Amino acid sequence: MLRWIVWRDLTLAWRRRADILSTVFFFIIVVSLFPLGIGPETQLLRSIAPGVIWVAALLASMLSLSRLFANDLQDGTLEQLLLTPQPLFLVVLGKVLAHWIVSEIPLVLIAPLVGLQFDIPGETLFILVVSLLVGTPVLSLIGSVGAALTLGLRGGGVLISILVLPLYIPALIFGAGAVEASIIGASPAPHLYLLGAFAIVSLIFSPWATAAALRISLE
Amino acid sequence: MNLYKYASPTSFYPLAGKLIPWFAIPSAILFAVGMYVGFFIAPTDFQQGDAYRIIFIHVPAAWMGMFLYVLMAIYAGIGWAFNARLASMMASAIAITGAMFTLLSLVTGALWGKPTWGTYWAWDARMTSTLILLFLYIGFISLQSAIDDTRRADRAGAVLALVGVINVPIIYFSVQWWNTLHQGASIRILGKPTIAAPMLAAMLIILAACWLYSVAVVLMRLRCIILEREQNASRFAEVNA
Repeated sequence: MLRWIVWRDLTLAWRRRADILSTVFFFIIVVSLFPLGIGPETQLLRSIAPGVIWVAALLASMLSLSRLFANDLQDGTLEQLLLTPQPLFLVVLGKVLAHWIVSEIPLVLIAPLVGLQFDIPGETLFILVVSLLVGTPVLSLIGSVGAALTLGLRGGGVLISILVLPLYIPALIFGAGAVEASIIGASPAPHLYLLGAFAIVSLIFSPWATAAALRISLE
Repeated sequence: MNLYKYASPTSFYPLAGKLIPWFAIPSAILFAVGMYVGFFIAPTDFQQGDAYRIIFIHVPAAWMGMFLYVLMAIYAGIGWAFNARLASMMASAIAITGAMFTLLSLVTGALWGKPTWGTYWAWDARMTSTLILLFLYIGFISLQSAIDDTRRADRAGAVLALVGVINVPIIYFSVQWWNTLHQGASIRILGKPTIAAPMLAAMLIILAACWLYSVAVVLMRLRCIILEREQNASRFAEVNA
């Protein structure tokens, strides 16, 4: 069941490749705007880079969240999924996993490239990728709760950011903290462990909350 | 007497009306007493002068903001789990008062910060987490007001409030660690000073006043919500007749 959901969502996403690309370009453009607003001073740019890249990743993942359940709601698939004998928990987990692969993995892959714009040294680029790899599942997991709660509401897109962005703060702090620690020569490990712990906590709680929220939204 | 009777919004409505003065009047008295103690009896602070007196509203407001969030989540959770409409209405009624106290504590904190630390805003751990608490309140209120169906609004709000409650400690500690990592000890709020007895007394009296005020205002708002939602309940007219 899990594999089937993931496969289905990936197939659907592949048939609408433009959506994936627009998320990635949004990420690149937002990150590129900061040097233009702040000035080309290398030292300054390097010190703000972790925060900028992480914030841009949070915003970019907002874009695709409202689509997480909306299309399935429109064509009635979501109601059918709720009626399946399998636990809704698994359905949600599958959709979140697919969302992570479709919307977050491209960001993780492109991140070293935008990191170069900020003159981040090579080893730190690796830490950046690791921190995003550990942290982005949190974005998909917590984001799915917001997506399920705002399903079919007016202005759902803006509302979802108000609900979800404050909950992302720990991921932002630890993720950007790991990269920053690496830039100043400290060990990024403590931040990464905490980020991993946060990811595990959200892996345990979020699918249940999302499943409950879906039932509430669809009854 | 069957207390469960009052779980029904229509029969709680008149009871709430009777209870309000019992909270509102003591609240007003305690505010007056607390302010008198705070302004005239409490001594002037050795370091901060008279500017510190804003603490008498700042600290109770911050406590109420945090406490009301948890209380709101508990009510929302009860409303969701037991399908109790009154508890859900209570949660919606608390949200606005909680958000107001949180905002009040931020504003008074900023006004206090200017004369004592020379800045309105510092990214101190407590300020930042209070700001995030305000964001959580805003999320709850805007989610509920975006949903037209009240049943769905109650339950969706409950899920959000409970997710928020799990997150609040995580956010608090992450902000604290972030803060200690980012900036040196340029600014510290109260390194645990020994507080004079009249100061503490004034603070506690005003805390009690804020407490009673919250109950009174929440009950008033609850009555409005009941009127709004239960206007079609057939028994409503006769109960209130």
